[in-house]
Amino acid sequence: MSPSKIPADLRYARTHEWVRERPDGTLEIGITDHAQSALGDLVFVELPEAGRVLGAGEACAVIESVKAASDIYSPVAGTVLETNEALVSTPETINQDPYGAGWMLRLRPAESGTADGLLSAADYQQILQSESA
Amino acid sequence: MGRRTPLYEQHQSLGARMVDFGGWDMPLHYGSQIEEHHAVRRGAGMFDVSHMCAIDLQGEGVRPFLERLLANDIGKLRIPGKALYTCMLNEAGGVIDDLIVYDRGEHGFRLVVNAGTRDGDLAWIRRHALADGAEVRERADLAMIAVQGPQAGSMLAPLLVDDARAAVLALEHFSAAESGGWFVARTGYTGEDGFEIVLPASGAQTLWRELLARGVRPCGLGARDTLRLEAGMNLHGNDMDEATSPLESGLGWTVAFDPAARDFIGRSALEAVRRGGGPERRLVGLLLEDRGILRAHQRVLVPGVGEGEVTSGSFSPTLERSIGLARVPRAAAGRVEVDVRGRLLAARIVKPPFVRHGKPLIAL
Repeated sequence: MSPSKIPADLRYARTHEWVRERPDGTLEIGITDHAQSALGDLVFVELPEAGRVLGAGEACAVIESVKAASDIYSPVAGTVLETNEALVSTPETINQDPYGAGWMLRLRPAESGTADGLLSAADYQQILQSESA
Repeated sequence: MGRRTPLYEQHQSLGARMVDFGGWDMPLHYGSQIEEHHAVRRGAGMFDVSHMCAIDLQGEGVRPFLERLLANDIGKLRIPGKALYTCMLNEAGGVIDDLIVYDRGEHGFRLVVNAGTRDGDLAWIRRHALADGAEVRERADLAMIAVQGPQAGSMLAPLLVDDARAAVLALEHFSAAESGGWFVARTGYTGEDGFEIVLPASGAQTLWRELLARGVRPCGLGARDTLRLEAGMNLHGNDMDEATSPLESGLGWTVAFDPAARDFIGRSALEAVRRGGGPERRLVGLLLEDRGILRAHQRVLVPGVGEGEVTSGSFSPTLERSIGLARVPRAAAGRVEVDVRGRLLAARIVKPPFVRHGKPLIAL
């Protein structure tokens, strides 16, 4: 398999979500290239309602590949602002563009700066290497 | 590390995602399971099925032995080369395995059994064969490649020697021809036309590469599962096992109760069920009407009747809906609900197959 892309400007969770900090302080969340590749062709996405309050590490969405269902965990505590409704009809977008058009939800963090406590790209890379070793 | 087929290196070099399947390292997909599925419905795909096991049976006692071992009747096989789908039952009528038996004329019979059950199958077969004077030979020296899809014949034919080519293309469904050490059967597990080629392990890589060069798409176990589910074909271990009978697994049609004198293993248990009015449960197809994905072991609620369970469930790439097989109370029909991750979703009982020869057979 080709090596996974891990953009340097994002933060990561051990559970294979990425977090992008936006200029207005809100956070965009999706799953990593490694995760989409491991799951295979995605065929179903279930997203949370806007306004839902999430705890750090709380299961907030479900994605299903042809083979299996997986929970998506919110890497930080916060309130859901909006979700990427286009994924409901085209879940394969996550396979095609996991860090761009395949984003899953945007949330307002309960505390500013919480994303700083997440993994850097280098840390996440190390975790992937230790998992595959 | 699991067991490896003679094509293991081919899978690796094609970038396959490998998974454990019944103790074997097998390809799940080579990039996109859904594209592999469509390749078989629309063109031609190939599967390494060398983890399945060919068992050759010969000897004086082989016919009476198979008449006792198998729930379907090899007496139906009157011409060498013909094949029969059958269950192999235990005394309680549970399904030890489902398999295909081929009549090889003077060479006896060949069984092709599932990978996950092969060791248990062999032990069971050998134990019973001892008493009946049949010789049992596990053919671990053979590889198997399935070429499936509407273009399977035109892709395979040029790779066969002249006399074999005509014979193979003339094969009827569920029959086989042998030539030059190759055993080619017009069988499969996809609901499409196709061939299963059993050949010496030493020749498997060459055949695989030649098929690849002709444009036959390598397909993994993932596509194999969605194709067989769309075709309404059971998977042993999911849809039936040693604790369920063929009568409650949609496989009653494979049990030959005639002739009445044929005393196959499991017969008395199945007859007791029939005398009692038939099985209490049956295997049906499910079409999910709400958004979501059916998966094995989800609970099926049948209003006013009772509960059942999904035995196989997935996304159907052809129908672009979720489909499944489920074991439900006999009286269940029409609309049901399925507990999908804590939510009750609407589904409809339908009659498989869902798809045959590339065409949907279920009204959505």
